[in-house]
Amino acid sequence: MTTPLSKIRNFSIVAHIDHGKSTLADRLIQQTGGLETREMVEQVLDNMDIERERGITIKAQTVRLNYKAKDGETYVLNLMDTPGHVDFAYEVSRSLAACEGSLLVVDASQGVEAQTLANVYKAMDNNHEIVPILNKIDLPAADVDRVKEQIEEVIGIDASDAVLISAKTGLGIPDVLEAIVTRLPPPKGDENAPLKAMLVDSWYDTYLGVVVLVRVVDGILKQGQKIRMMGTGASYDVERVGVFTPKLVNVGSLGPGEMGAITGSIKEVADTRVGDTITDDRKPTSDMLPGFKPAQPVVFCGLFPVDAADFEDLRAAVGKLRLNDASFTYEMETSAALGFGFRCGFLGLLHLEIIQERLEREFNLDLIATAPSVVYQMHLTDGTDIEMHNPVDMPEVTKIEEIKEPWIKATIMTPDEYLGAVLKLCQDKRGTQTDLSYLGSRAMVIYELPLNEVVFDFYDRLKSISKGYASFDYEITDYKPSDLVRMQILVNAEPVDALSMLVHRTRAESRGRAICEKLKDVIPPHMFQIPVQAAIGGKIIARETIRALRKDVTAKCYGGDATRKRKLLDKQKEGKKRMRQFGKVEIPQEAFIQVLKVEG
Amino acid sequence: MTPSPSSQSILIPEPGFGVYVHWPFCASKCPYCDFNSHVRHQPPDQARFVAAFEREIATMADMVPGRTVSSIFFGGGTPSLMEPGTVGAILDAIGKHWSVPAGVEVTLEANPSSVEAGRFRGYRAAGVNRVSLGVQALNDTDLRFLGRLHSVAEAMTAIEIARATFPRISFDLIYARPGQTPDAWEQELRQALDLAADHLSVYQLTIEAETRFEDLWKAGKLTVPDEDTAAELYEITQGVGAAHGMPAYEISNHAAPGAECQHNLVYWRYGEYVGVGPGAHGRLALPDGRHATATEKHPERWLASVEADGHGMIVDDVLTLEEQGDEYLLMGLRLKEGIDLARYETISGRTLDPTRLADLIGHGLAEVTPDRRVRATPAGFAVLDALVADLAA
Repeated sequence: MTTPLSKIRNFSIVAHIDHGKSTLADRLIQQTGGLETREMVEQVLDNMDIERERGITIKAQTVRLNYKAKDGETYVLNLMDTPGHVDFAYEVSRSLAACEGSLLVVDASQGVEAQTLANVYKAMDNNHEIVPILNKIDLPAADVDRVKEQIEEVIGIDASDAVLISAKTGLGIPDVLEAIVTRLPPPKGDENAPLKAMLVDSWYDTYLGVVVLVRVVDGILKQGQKIRMMGTGASYDVERVGVFTPKLVNVGSLGPGEMGAITGSIKEVADTRVGDTITDDRKPTSDMLPGFKPAQPVVFCGLFPVDAADFEDLRAAVGKLRLNDASFTYEMETSAALGFGFRCGFLGLLHLEIIQERLEREFNLDLIATAPSVVYQMHLTDGTDIEMHNPVDMPEVTKIEEIKEPWIKATIMTPDEYLGAVLKLCQDKRGTQTDLSYLGSRAMVIYELPLNEVVFDFYDRLKSISKGYASFDYEITDYKPSDLVRMQILVNAEPVDALSMLVHRTRAESRGRAICEKLKDVIPPHMFQIPVQAAIGGKIIARETIRALRKDVTAKCYGGDATRKRKLLDKQKEGKKRMRQFGKVEIPQEAFIQVLKVEG
Repeated sequence: MTPSPSSQSILIPEPGFGVYVHWPFCASKCPYCDFNSHVRHQPPDQARFVAAFEREIATMADMVPGRTVSSIFFGGGTPSLMEPGTVGAILDAIGKHWSVPAGVEVTLEANPSSVEAGRFRGYRAAGVNRVSLGVQALNDTDLRFLGRLHSVAEAMTAIEIARATFPRISFDLIYARPGQTPDAWEQELRQALDLAADHLSVYQLTIEAETRFEDLWKAGKLTVPDEDTAAELYEITQGVGAAHGMPAYEISNHAAPGAECQHNLVYWRYGEYVGVGPGAHGRLALPDGRHATATEKHPERWLASVEADGHGMIVDDVLTLEEQGDEYLLMGLRLKEGIDLARYETISGRTLDPTRLADLIGHGLAEVTPDRRVRATPAGFAVLDALVADLAA
């Protein structure tokens, strides 16, 4: 049995990280009896370990709640959880497209943040009805009136009826459920029209195979039905139709306005295209849904196994991750210094970190990541245009007519007292200010920034200079010509390809100096002194020297106890395995990570 | 005078067969020491230990029969706490199972206290012909800091008695003590060299795991000289020792040519040796390969094992070729004479990486002699641990 349209509400929650989105979702599930208390693991929707640990959502999740409202009727509430981080803005958009309304959750002690703004604008673009919710009103620092005023002023929506809650204590949760029913519109759709459903997401489940998350617009999606993906043209038999409560429960069919999951004869996640229109193979709909642009990776880096023998394991691991994350791309790469690895593309730096962490944690791999790079466009003197993902591939300078780099529009919100430091950071990163306005004691600045500066330690520094209070969001705007040069790092006079990078000419010297200083600290002394240099073309722009070991010898060995010395030697050998040999120098894995964190 | 490489090789005999005897008891535990030493309120029953040593020697002799002993060494602990009769009985047991030529070096480690000096004649009578005295420092403040029970005056007397009693003597010093300046060390070292006969061991103070010094050091209550100072003290030691006619023949051991400790040379030349007593190590050349042996460290448990099974061995492993090669590098490169490449290749079944070797030579850290010996240069000795790790990698 499908649910009447009037009894369905589809909604998502828009919030900044830490403003309590996942906790609110947990409370709604608990209140409507979706899970027994003993089954509740904190933040049930964040089901990857990393999501739970970092307090962020990476993949969109959905859950169906049955709620008996004050009017005596039982409603089906479909909650779409959405990621909060800028790297996953793309996932936010498609989640929002599957809903009619949004709950805008704002921390009553913090106020509106940059990401809240970006996501609420996206919700408004999707014609969502928006219910403002002020969370954490139990905190002493909560200032309900000021935050309401801020919502009205900045976002331009009426906040007088904002629901006041504490997701942590459960205060106000019944009011949220009532507001969903009374203030959000039901979906529209025609049960008798040909099937038209949106493919919202898909992932690979070890037990179920490929699971496809759908939102039905018109018609009925049934078990046993033969469906067609209109974008790819492929057709499949539907084996199972279910909803998440949040456990997957079979329902047999889904009607207009409903959300759920299907499994079928689909082999790989790559066979499904997010945003595609699903229809009945025998009685197809005539009009396709608009769909989405696929997410484009914007940050690239090389991932190499620390132990070259682990390459095949790495290959298997990236393949498995790709099954569940189509936005992550990879291709094989060979580095003179690091051997075989993969050049990987990510939606942003956080995405990069998460993938790296999952590879290390879930697949037990030790990795070296090279300096992240953005995608550069090059116009060559022979008239051709190329895209460059890896500084190692940079053509000879004489063959380059023009290099263009991606620019972003960054929105930063910060308490007034950190504004000076934030502006300085943006200036240091070659930014151009386009707007500065105040919302009470909070400043909102809009900057144009080159993405290549942002991938280098921008987010961490923004957090540290603002004691964690500044928030940041960005979108890529365009490509602009730039005076970029390739900087090489030479260790003991040998270029280390994994450390070469494109930098703006004006930034090269200070970046080069900072990197040399950092390497001096992280490369252990050898038996000989080691020059560390930064160079552009053949010209050295910075230099440090790692002094030679002076004394490193065991004074005494006990009797004939060669075993003890041999065990120490084995430890040293093991340590050497975790280093990379560059010419005569061994560089620890740590050095590659530290270099990415230099200021300059 | 440096002998030419070719003449030197003639002077290097085949590694011999050494017997190490461990006496695990001390009157008190020194705060820097991580050796297998134990303090007992009741003196141990030496007769019972003698019987156990005799049994373990017999068991070892069954494993490696028919050897000719090239040296015997009583180490500890404090072997000078043994009764001369105990030493004599153990030497008799060794002579019963293996062939011991007359005049073989028999060393005993001794503390330079007046009590122990009183036993020197007894040891000499039992067959000991060389003592190694744990002098450690030549000023009373530092002796107290090092936890030693003797004074400088007692040490001087002990050295005098030892020189009069034994054909050969040596003593140990510890340097790089907290606050020690290069000038003070040089002066102390010169004094020591004047006192020494023809052999001196000079060890850099090292903070070892699970010692009282480690606790103090971790708590910030003990500071040892930094790498630069340690390097300077080491260089002084090398220079002053050589100028005094006692160059270093091993990282920490100085001797007049011909006065080297034969027993320690067996270890460093990676010869064959048997270790008896609690916590003793051996390397035995058996038909199925080279064995690494070690005995139970705890004295009473070792005793019980020997009484029950005839030996206290808790480790008896056959070493792989790689392990043997590594041990030869580790031990052999400590010697000024270095290692024999052909022997390394035979032992390990591989060759040293020529690129790495060439790099070390290029950096002035190692050299290869015309008769294919690899040895560390003076600069290489200072960073020998890194050098060996490089060659073994």
